[in-house]
This record gives sequence, C-alpha cells and structure tokens, in this order.
Amino acid sequence: MSIWEYANPKKFMQTSSWALPWVTGLAVLTLLVGLVWGFFFTPDDFRQGSTVKIIYVHVPSAMMAINAWAMMLVTSLIWLIRRHHVSVLAAKAAAPIGMTMTLIALFTGAIWGQPMWGTWWAWDPRLTSFLILFLFYLGYIALWEAVEDPDTAADLTSVLCLVGSVFALLSRYAVLFWNQGLHQGASLSLDKEEHVADVFAWPLWVTMAGFVLLFVALVLLRTRTEIRARRLRALEARERMA
Amino acid sequence: MPALLLRDLRLATRAGGGFGLSLAFFLIVTVLVPFGVGPEGGTLGRIAPGILWVGALLSCLLSLDRIFALDREDGSLDLLATAPIPLEGVVAVKAAAHWLTTGLPLTLAAPVLGVLLNLPEAAFGWLALSLMLGTPALSMIGTFGAALTVGLKRGGLLLSLLVLPLYIPTLIFGAEAAKRGAEGLAAGTPHLMLAGITAGSVAILPFAAAAAIRVNLR
Repeated sequence: MSIWEYANPKKFMQTSSWALPWVTGLAVLTLLVGLVWGFFFTPDDFRQGSTVKIIYVHVPSAMMAINAWAMMLVTSLIWLIRRHHVSVLAAKAAAPIGMTMTLIALFTGAIWGQPMWGTWWAWDPRLTSFLILFLFYLGYIALWEAVEDPDTAADLTSVLCLVGSVFALLSRYAVLFWNQGLHQGASLSLDKEEHVADVFAWPLWVTMAGFVLLFVALVLLRTRTEIRARRLRALEARERMA
Repeated sequence: MPALLLRDLRLATRAGGGFGLSLAFFLIVTVLVPFGVGPEGGTLGRIAPGILWVGALLSCLLSLDRIFALDREDGSLDLLATAPIPLEGVVAVKAAAHWLTTGLPLTLAAPVLGVLLNLPEAAFGWLALSLMLGTPALSMIGTFGAALTVGLKRGGLLLSLLVLPLYIPTLIFGAEAAKRGAEGLAAGTPHLMLAGITAGSVAILPFAAAAAIRVNLR
C-alpha cells in the first residue's frame, strides 16, 4: 500500500467516489459550525466593532490561496518526475480554486480595510504580493487554455509552475523591500507572542479546517471531472478512428 | 555558438529584423508620459527613473516573440535542437543576442530620454548602471516565456501575460536602485539584488527554457 497506487486513475476514481461525499459533508459541517460560531457567538472587538468578523473568511481564504499554489507545485513536480496523469490533472483542477481564494482574500480585505484603514487598497507588501499571486494564477490557467495537446500543456504548465514559484517568492520579498505596510503581522502562529484572543481564535481554527476540507472536496470533484473529460476525449478519438 | 550569436545578430539588425522597433517604442512611450501626467518638471523628475524602467521593460517585451517564432517557422529551430551543441547553450545564446539587440541599446538610450523627463543630474549614471545590470535578466526571463509559447499560433498576448508577472522582482529592484541613486541615498543593496536576479536567471532559466522547447518540438 503506497500513495503511488492513486496514480492509477481507476483506483483514484474508486477511492475518491467513496471519499468525496464524506469530505464534502465534513466541509459543510465545519464551515457551518465555524461561521455561525464566529458570526453570532463571539463578542464584537472593542475597537473594530463587528467588522472583526470578516476574519473568519479573510484569513482561511488567504491561507488556502497560498497552499493551493504549494499543492500545485508539488503535483507539478510529481508529474515532471514520475509522469502520473492524475497528479497534473489535480494541479489543473486546483488552479481556479486557488485563484478564487486569492480573489476572496483580496475582496474581503478591501471590505475590511475600508472602515479600518480608511482605504480599499494600499500598496502594502501583503496586499501587493497577493495581487501578484493572482497574476501568476492567471498566467498558469491561460497557458492551460491556450495549448491544445493535453500532454504538452501539462508539461509546459508544470515548468511554468516551478519557475513561477521561484519568482513569486522573489516578488514576495522584493515588495517587502519596496514598501512598508499597513497590514498587521501574522495573526495566528504557534508562537504565543502575537496572537488573536482565544475567543476569536477558536472559531477561526474551525473555519480554517473547514476551508481546507472545502478545498480538498473541490479538488477531488474537479479532478474527477478532468479524468472523465479525458476519458470522453479518448472514446471520441477511438470512434473517429473506427 | 559564436556562429549562432553572429547569425542572430545579423538577422536582427538587417532589414525586417525589427532592431530599431523597440527603441522607437521606448521613445514614444517616454514622449507620451508628459502628456499623461502634465509637463511640470518636478513631478516628471521624480517619476522619471520608474517611467524609464517600465518603458524599457515594455520595449523589451515587444521583441520577445521573435526570438524563436521565426526559427520555428522556417524549421531552423528543429535543426538547432538536433545540433551537436546543447539546447541550453542555444537558449543562452539566443538570450544574449536579444540582449545585445534590445537591452543594450535601451540602456544606452535611457539616459538620453531621461533629458526629456527632467531626470535629476545625479541619476543618469545610476539609471544606466541599474539598466545594465537588470536588462540581461529581462532578456533571459523573456526567452523562457518565448520558449513556453513557441508552439502557439497567436502566442504574443499570452507571452506578455506569462512574462510580466515574472518581471516584477527585476522591476522593483531596478526602479528602486535608480530612484535611490537619483535621490542620493545608498543604492548598493538594490543593485546587488538586481545583479543577483540576473545571475540567478542566467544560471537557471536556460534549463527551464530548453525543457520547454523540447516539449514544444515533440
């Protein structure tokens, strides 16, 4: 029993068809609990009022925006090294989800920034690097769309993902050099020094778990769709040959 | 490889090579800026290093799709791929030729155009130095983007979408270096970072670009 078994599309389809309803159900449950808890059963912040509750969407989506790219990097590497189709299809499936998460983080950030900082947008390092991450997602998806042959597209996008990761990291630190920010530091870390109060942190952990589960469920669903689309294309090609 | 470099230089500089095109584009962009932001010398001088950097970057972008597209059309890219020299070397030479015909002229032209934008006197040297250090990275990254899109029918627009985000760190450090030089601040750190990006790109990207070309020629 090894993880490489799931490189077989048939095995992947079997396992994921069994796992998908469970992951989806758990995601819905944790999100419901976390959001309802966060929105209705936590006190207002003494300075920020009820706007503090945006945190329950803002932070988890920002976290998933970065982690989705990290996942694409790993699966792209697996495709380039071991040529497992399911792996690269998962990367393809994750890209639009990651892009949406980036957009959610940017928009909720703007909505939160307006009353707190008095501006929708500032060229702050964190905001800027998220905008850059969005551009990287855009390029990656556009390249998938532009190349017709699926294997060529997989190879090219994987190479782009590797190079893009290096340059995205570079940009991250370049913008730190370029401008000082309004955005606070890390809100959640294992280091107790900088931390949101426990009463806000617990529902936040729950919604973060919910966003991870939601991401996994969506990636499974979209990967299954991609595999089916690939099968359909193969069947059509066979019919045309016959 | 020297033969390849000479061939690319000749192709770029002779008729239909588009050698002067990026320079002319650079000139026009620079001329358009004062119409957009107004003719006050103070404002122009303050934004001049950044404008010249962005202008140089865009002019560089303009000639990228020529790097491989013509060779792909007449089949010489296939010959280069099967030639006894490594494809990574071919890519590096192509990038060098692109820099010699685009990056270097842009670097030399930038201080002249700086006069039009009321660039502070102290900044001329720093601007030229930062462009000299940064434009090789622009050519190398652009060559990688051109290698990714060489198989596509209309890759030009996609090419800019792929390459521009990759240009961001170079632009940040380049414009910062020129700006700090212009304001008389210590400009060593951004110049070093810029040189580091160039060195890193030249070291790593030929391999990525060659891999992309192999995929596209498959």
